[in-house]
Amino acid sequence: MSEPIVQVSPAWAVLAPLALLLFALAGAGLNGALVARSVGRPGRSGASAPLAQVARLLRQRRQVTVAADVLLWRIGAGGLVVVAILKILVIPLGPWTLADLDVGVVWFNTMDVMIWALFWLIGWGANSAHSLVGGYRFLSLAVSYELPLMFALITPAVAARSLRVGDVVAAQHDLWFVIWMPVAFVIFCGSVIAFSSWGPFATAVGRDIAGGFLTDVSGVDRLLILTGRYAVLTAGAAFAVPLFLGGGGGALLPDWLWSIVKTALVLAAFVAIRHRVPTIRPDRFAEVAWIIVLPAALLQVLVVAIIVVGS
Amino acid sequence: MIDILFWALAVVSVASGVAVFVVDSMARATYALAVSFIAVGIMLVMVGLEYIGIITILMMVMEMAIMAVYMVMFMGMNPALMPMDMTHNKRWSAVLAMGTFVLLAAGALLIPWPARVGAPAVDLVASLGEAIMGPKMLAMLTISPVLFATIIAGLVIVNPRGRYDRWGDDLKHRPPNDPLRGGLGQ
Repeated sequence: MSEPIVQVSPAWAVLAPLALLLFALAGAGLNGALVARSVGRPGRSGASAPLAQVARLLRQRRQVTVAADVLLWRIGAGGLVVVAILKILVIPLGPWTLADLDVGVVWFNTMDVMIWALFWLIGWGANSAHSLVGGYRFLSLAVSYELPLMFALITPAVAARSLRVGDVVAAQHDLWFVIWMPVAFVIFCGSVIAFSSWGPFATAVGRDIAGGFLTDVSGVDRLLILTGRYAVLTAGAAFAVPLFLGGGGGALLPDWLWSIVKTALVLAAFVAIRHRVPTIRPDRFAEVAWIIVLPAALLQVLVVAIIVVGS
Repeated sequence: MIDILFWALAVVSVASGVAVFVVDSMARATYALAVSFIAVGIMLVMVGLEYIGIITILMMVMEMAIMAVYMVMFMGMNPALMPMDMTHNKRWSAVLAMGTFVLLAAGALLIPWPARVGAPAVDLVASLGEAIMGPKMLAMLTISPVLFATIIAGLVIVNPRGRYDRWGDDLKHRPPNDPLRGGLGQ
């Protein structure tokens, strides 16, 4: 298996957002099912909840707050889905990729930093206290997760001696990176969950601040933000596959199907973790991130670099 | 097509740079600057500097996100939360800007530029790196520990809550006095 990665015609870019949104919808469906089961209803009734919510939000009238910065607010709300789509441009599906960038890993990282701006803009735009607190909370969480994430991203790049995603996949022909860089993998997964403001890292939309930056968004804006959160979570799960899980490599099935199966499994794990792990306060997490997680990420890079130089 | 895109980006970068001073909100000014940097970053990618272009976008968006927080925080009486004028000392800024422009433009026009000798290297990026870093590696190796020591020393000096604050004068206070509860109890 494991054919070399080739760049396909840009015409396929039409399908990529569709696939991304399907995955995001599936993730939302799984989350709905888990929520329904946790309150004793059959999971099936919850799985269709996202569709009902889409219909409801599409018909809902926009509420406007006093002196809202509508321009920035709309940019923040609409930008998440765009960023998620830009992320998946460099993620190969089996042997095919839309943009075989020399610096694909950095591209993904750049799009993740865009989320800093977007979440803060959503929080700022509403001109409401809880919303703004949510935006600030996200930034405070971001300065905790971002550096470990950067080192977790360059670890596979160091091993592959290239920032090109295709080279990273090719370098895992014999052994998946998750096997010999598990720390980087765990940090990457945690950071994906954090930049999606999801699960244990969802304090920016926490119940204690009345929904944080989601407090005052309604209608289509809310739909775009919620979709965008699932979409960036999906893009993160999809990027774990070429980075750590051998890309399309695997037995029996064709490469593209393996990419999909692995992405689905990682996404399911990300969605499920929300129902298993309690929320982590950003102010407490900062200390843990800088004293334990960041040195762990650096040690992981060091170990990988020594192995790569030695081999 | 590529040319049109390049010029459109150039216009966007200048226009959003102007917008920084025209808009009446701290947040808009900050993110107008971010848009300007993003346009410049894409232009860098278009001239073949992929890494530098994308890293410019990464660093600048990150920086603007943090800068917005500080700009709002440090603005006295918090006018940053209300509409405000982004310009001040207008007459002198205009004089300075015009003066600088005239000086630089006159220099660019009047200097007898030398004609090019030799041909460009095959791999421009690599030879640029060689030219910048090659003979100056020793200086860099000396400067970087000095810079690093400066950063550490600066942090030590401004640290508002050192180990004596946390563990008491004899460093025996356990658990440490931590104004932020939780975390690792440091």
